[in-house]
Amino acid sequence: MNSIILQVRDLRVHYYTRQGPVRAVNDISFDLYAGERLGLVGESGSGKTTAAQALMRLIRPPGKIEGGQVLLDGLSLLELPDERMRQIRLADIALVSQGAMNSLNPVARVRRQIEDALRDHGVRLGARERAEWIGELMQRVGLPRTAADMFPHELSGGMKQRACIAIAICLKPKVIIADEPTSALDVVVQRQVMETLERLRADLGASVILIGHDMGLMAQAVDRLGVMYAGDLIETGSIAELFAEPLHPYTRLLMASLPSLERKEAAKGIPGLMPSLLNKPTGCPFHPRCPDAFDRCKVEEPKLLAVRPNRNVACHLHTPEAAGAVTTGKGAA
Amino acid sequence: MSVLLEARNVTKVFGGGFWKQDAGLVALNNLSLTIEDAPPTITAVVGESGSGKTTLARLILGLTEPTSGEILYRGVDMRKLDREQRRQFLREVQVIFQDPYEVYNPFYRVDHVLNEPVTNFRLAKSKAQGRELIEEALTSVGLRPEETLGRYPHQLSGGQRQRVMVARSLLLRPRLIVADEPVSMIDASLRATVIESLRNLNRRFGISLIYITHDLTTAYQMSENIVVLYRGSVAEVGDVERVVKEPEHPYTRLLIGSIPRPDPKQPWGSKEDVTDAANKAAGRQGCQFADRCPNVMAICREKAPPLYQTAPHRATACYLYQAAPVAVSEKLNEIFVPPTLAVQRTP
Repeated sequence: MNSIILQVRDLRVHYYTRQGPVRAVNDISFDLYAGERLGLVGESGSGKTTAAQALMRLIRPPGKIEGGQVLLDGLSLLELPDERMRQIRLADIALVSQGAMNSLNPVARVRRQIEDALRDHGVRLGARERAEWIGELMQRVGLPRTAADMFPHELSGGMKQRACIAIAICLKPKVIIADEPTSALDVVVQRQVMETLERLRADLGASVILIGHDMGLMAQAVDRLGVMYAGDLIETGSIAELFAEPLHPYTRLLMASLPSLERKEAAKGIPGLMPSLLNKPTGCPFHPRCPDAFDRCKVEEPKLLAVRPNRNVACHLHTPEAAGAVTTGKGAA
Repeated sequence: MSVLLEARNVTKVFGGGFWKQDAGLVALNNLSLTIEDAPPTITAVVGESGSGKTTLARLILGLTEPTSGEILYRGVDMRKLDREQRRQFLREVQVIFQDPYEVYNPFYRVDHVLNEPVTNFRLAKSKAQGRELIEEALTSVGLRPEETLGRYPHQLSGGQRQRVMVARSLLLRPRLIVADEPVSMIDASLRATVIESLRNLNRRFGISLIYITHDLTTAYQMSENIVVLYRGSVAEVGDVERVVKEPEHPYTRLLIGSIPRPDPKQPWGSKEDVTDAANKAAGRQGCQFADRCPNVMAICREKAPPLYQTAPHRATACYLYQAAPVAVSEKLNEIFVPPTLAVQRTP
């Protein structure tokens, strides 16, 4: 892997509700390398979508980015004026959000929606060049060129999702964040959309952050994975290492809960529920559900620490006995 | 053995008609399926969107009428049930829908959906007895009554809400539950709990299940027999062990090959150039899958293939297997693994 394109440090997002602040994203730190595919996996309420929106600075009240740093190619996104950030969105960092296919304007042809995006970001192209580029975008995402002149309702779910990807890449961003891009699609179409995304990443040399809850999809589609639980990043590692040896009990149980195609077995869920982010349990947020919890887990929150290069986990099973012995914890995941 | 529910050569066509130019969309084509009263069975119906699986559910539930063929409940055509029979049907056949968020009225506590059947069907003599029944049902699906009752739907997780729905159907002691994508909107770690409670209903209370899904992994885990639908027609049918392990129909192979395995060492199969289902206009004749099929032959475009009995307890509607005898009957149950055999295999 080469240079770091996106550097996230101690990113923290709270939602302010009448019952108090909901700590949706809790000091998460990670690096994204150029050309890399990073996955963020977690269940609903784990903060993965909030994290994606925070990277794009799309958090709206009652939510607020409470702290941290996001460096895109050295540029500190959280400190930029709003107008500058608006230009960077889509041009340098693009988001394909969950259910993006339902975010297309139903009364505008795909072509116009791409033209709007181009114009809005100050891209001046002649009519012929523009038509040529839109045609090429359609082909790149695996749609016929004629799809540009269709309305969203004329496209199937998979085609709509690809049209959204075409909009997302129309300015050749450096980073594409895909938030559950296939959760509403069938397996066959899901695979096609993921293959499209992968081909584009290779063509454009962009980096991809794939957000989702499906461990199977992650195993197939990313190079490195971060696991989120209750707003914390609790484990990171290369996809091969993480699947070969999950270190955090939550990761282990999550993987065990996947039904197998090889043999029938009793279904194994994870007992209990994710804690409310309004009043997280003291200590490790997973300890009430954890089969391996011991006394220390109830009082001291584990930090994300490196157990070896490029392998981090936030679990007392893997941290040295003496608390505070290693304080490089905030290091790059 | 008496027959609880029977679909006899059922076809459902949407749109079309005498005055219209198009012939309409065939959502389900000549399907025959029987659910016996006992012993309880679990049958999976699998297919992508547009395969007709939800249409099948709606037909079985009497929410829509077949264009041709008939649905019989205890030997009586669904359209001809009298008041008493209809009431019994509503009690014996229950449904669990996909979206555990939409079936609740957000202004009522969850108790409401549980009280409703108790009062409607006069299940209890007193309030206390009703409460007891509800608590018992909740416990059987692995929920703690004191943590569930009195709450509003938004205070429960998707998995809990879905299990409350399972508990609700259980109250009526149905003979059959039609579960239409019951876990597709639930988090992975909670999915297992819903699947386990459904299986439990089958084992402990002898309730048959029709499990409708696009997810072959949970279908495999749940069922004894599987029906793979493609655009309204049966592509492959039979013993789930064999269909999933050695899929025969090119469509089943495509489906199984597209499942992302949770193992980086087992990559997604070769990159076949498969076209979108919606890309192609539905063919008037021939095999519906012909346009997407890697093994397509001339005959596939002329005439729809019959079900070939390729092995005991399995049949495939594909000309690749035309050397095999044509299945004697279109009744899928005669191809299925009989329940007596299936029981020995459940984990």
